[in-house]
Amino acid sequence: MLAMNYRGPYRVRVDRDAPIPEIEHPEDAIVRVLRSCICGSDLHLYHGLVPDTRVGSTFGHEFIGEVVETGSSVHKLKVGDRVMVPFNIACGKCAFCRQELYGNCHESNAQATAVGGIFGYSHTAGGYNGGQAEFVRVPYADVGPTVIPEWMDPDDAVLLTDVVPTGYQAAEMGGILPGDTVVVFGAGPIGIMAAKSAWLFGAGRVIVIDNLDYRLEFVQKFAQCEAYNFSFMEDPVEFLKKATDSLGADVCIDAVGCEATGNTLNYIMGTKLMLQGGSTTALHWAINSVKKGGIVSIVGVYGPIDALVPIGNVVNKGITIRANQASVKRLLPRLIEHVKNGVINPKEIITHRIPLEEAAEGYHIFSSKLDSCIKTVLIPPSATI
Amino acid sequence: MENNNNLPAVPSNALSEGYSHIKGWGIDADLKNDPTYPIKRRTDEERFGYTWERPAQQARDVEILTSTERNNLPAVFGTTLPPSGLSGAIRRFAFKYSESDYAHWLPLMLADRVGVAEGIISDLSRGHIPDYFNERGWGAEMEYNRKNFLLKVAAGAAVATAITALLIYRKRQKNQ
Repeated sequence: MLAMNYRGPYRVRVDRDAPIPEIEHPEDAIVRVLRSCICGSDLHLYHGLVPDTRVGSTFGHEFIGEVVETGSSVHKLKVGDRVMVPFNIACGKCAFCRQELYGNCHESNAQATAVGGIFGYSHTAGGYNGGQAEFVRVPYADVGPTVIPEWMDPDDAVLLTDVVPTGYQAAEMGGILPGDTVVVFGAGPIGIMAAKSAWLFGAGRVIVIDNLDYRLEFVQKFAQCEAYNFSFMEDPVEFLKKATDSLGADVCIDAVGCEATGNTLNYIMGTKLMLQGGSTTALHWAINSVKKGGIVSIVGVYGPIDALVPIGNVVNKGITIRANQASVKRLLPRLIEHVKNGVINPKEIITHRIPLEEAAEGYHIFSSKLDSCIKTVLIPPSATI
Repeated sequence: MENNNNLPAVPSNALSEGYSHIKGWGIDADLKNDPTYPIKRRTDEERFGYTWERPAQQARDVEILTSTERNNLPAVFGTTLPPSGLSGAIRRFAFKYSESDYAHWLPLMLADRVGVAEGIISDLSRGHIPDYFNERGWGAEMEYNRKNFLLKVAAGAAVATAITALLIYRKRQKNQ
């Protein structure tokens, strides 16, 4: 089968002779991929920043597909079902799944305890191959995968497996109360969805900060929010304080993670020298821009080692920090309703539809922000829709 | 905010009995004050360890490195790319240390870089010459950012020329 193959930082290829995955556990299913996105989180792998990313890995944790085979203990899915596959691999039985912390399943990741298994996201997230291939093994097939409703566009469905739930949970973790001012750092796909979702929780004002004009223009239209380019600010924190009556925002959302620009020293230490778990500039700004007693919500991905953050300010300001990988299964029913009712139109963020065979170009376009790229979808040649 | 955890407002008698020797235990507890809700719908099950009905255990037929912080293998795990070669040896060393230790993560980063070199050697040994141009997606760079691409090529050529010239110059100096 065709499968994306990681060869090292900034190098990927597509192999034509990759082995088709097999059932390895009675609760497995094999899914033929119909759509697979390149996620901003994939870029951290692509840039070589995630420990235990082994050469030969197939990435891709945001995909939909058609069930072609099921294990003996799979009862809810049948061959031919078209399913959205949440990026979290979750057993549904452990103490954490029962608390609906599906991103923290204790029965899907041998290599690390902090995070549960994630498709195609290094051995630190369990060593599973991902969906940037023609076929993929889906463990715990009765738990996460959800049959795509007949009325739903497959382009909407694929975005419900990661980017929409992650953006939505970013807003949810903000504990937004009606009238709150919400600042979102990052106008990538997650930041765009977080800004859109903030209104659903009753935000009174939504501000997005980024340094790429084309993204800011996009988010301004898509999420009907204010958007500002930090490149033209002497100090984004001061700018935001002045924009919020000198008090700060009620809620700040870090939708950037470990490759934040905006502070050269932090960027070099975090992404080039890897002396900390990523460049923490967005998190710095979030902590320093939020109101005293406010909430900082983090969905940006950071590495597992220490990272420099102004923790003293967190204490002195009485900030609440909430963070996690999105719990896709928990959120899907609500988000499907939102798509059905036209409250969220996920597919509008797709700017590039690229054949799977051209995954290397897709990665480069997204990584280098070429051609006004917001979101890239890879389509295998065997996809029937 | 309405809390749907279906928990009583105060700890149960069964729980409080165990702490009867501590004066005032739980008198200010407010189970409605749960800052983790709704991200975590509290069940308190994890306090009792592995009390859940575990899924069937996947057979381990390849080497799986396991976090020292786990007391067992998860029921399901990925079997891709078992550790091998020098990078595998470094990874085995890393997994002797816990996830909170630099001695775990830094060797893993080193192993990843070693793995890149092993990947090139493996490709060459199978007669596959790595196609850096296409692997790096430079076709897209040519299409959408031609000026920058040509600048990069020119800069690379200039550096290569300078290094070559320096080496030739040094060689001539030696020979004189």
